[in-house]
Amino acid sequence: MALLELRQVSKRYGNKSALDCVDLQLEEGRIVGLLGPNGSGKTTLIKLANGLLRTSNGAILIDGKEPSPETKSIVSYLPDKDSLPDWMKVDDIINYYVDFFADFDVDRAKEMLGSLNIDSKMKLGKMSKGTREKVRLILAMARKSKIYFLDEPIAGVDPAARDYILKTIISNYEPNALVIISTHLIADVENVLDEAVFLREGHVVLHQNVQELIEEKGKSLDGYFREVFAC
Amino acid sequence: MEWEFKKGVPIYMQIIEKMEMDLLSGKYKPGDKLPSVRDMAMEAGVNPNTMQKAFSEMERSGLIYTERTAGRFVTTDHGRISALKSELSVKYLDELFETLHSLGFTDSEILSAVKEKCEGEE
Repeated sequence: MALLELRQVSKRYGNKSALDCVDLQLEEGRIVGLLGPNGSGKTTLIKLANGLLRTSNGAILIDGKEPSPETKSIVSYLPDKDSLPDWMKVDDIINYYVDFFADFDVDRAKEMLGSLNIDSKMKLGKMSKGTREKVRLILAMARKSKIYFLDEPIAGVDPAARDYILKTIISNYEPNALVIISTHLIADVENVLDEAVFLREGHVVLHQNVQELIEEKGKSLDGYFREVFAC
Repeated sequence: MEWEFKKGVPIYMQIIEKMEMDLLSGKYKPGDKLPSVRDMAMEAGVNPNTMQKAFSEMERSGLIYTERTAGRFVTTDHGRISALKSELSVKYLDELFETLHSLGFTDSEILSAVKEKCEGEE
């Protein structure tokens, strides 16, 4: 059974359509790239799955259930916007996550912080943007979840930090979990993806295994993306 | 060693290519234990399923084998490894001929160029 299923999902903001009759099924044990230009519906889809927005039509199912507090307990979500309070230290925010999420693994979080030389006594407000991004990713990946939604996890960090973040994702997701990474930095993520979902103006225009696509088209995912979305 | 991948060629094929070179160059010796899929995937910065696919293909072609609980190992069949060596030499010769043909060389011109090069190196 699909871990994430969208059935004829539409979402309108006023008379503007953000998603239009989207059908999509994603299985466990995969890393899936949710790819598309700005405004194609990536963040809307992720917010619907996390219960932050409601569909205008259709159903979205997480492990067979509609988004609810119950599904939130098996979903780890890294939002596109940083909303952690500046005054908190890393240690404070870890305690906060432990209170909220039964599946939060403190040891794993500390290990990741240690390997990145992040001082857990430091206040978030004192950190550089890149360090904050890493802390946010560590918080999301330290949960033992069934689904991880990572909305633009590598935007705004330097290339070396990008590599580290991608390696952190590869080495920390649960083997049977589904990892969904939304980004427009395709060249950076294409080697870590199993499947690619291309969104354009609220429609899924492609959903395919990445290695098969590369073999079939004889070009990189990034190259193919540029071709499909050429202006 | 750093892993670098070319664009537009499936990653699992490039992993196999690199592993084959590592087998022939002696980085991995017959009977050596290989790192886990996940560790190798992390080192290379690729998806674990892609690494798994590369390993499965190499297992099918007899270059590595799995012992159910102990992990994956390089084949101890020296015949298989020398067969790999000739497979690769044929492949590289084919590539060389293809490139030189497209530059307008005939087979006999290639042959004499190769001879010249060998003599130059002696």
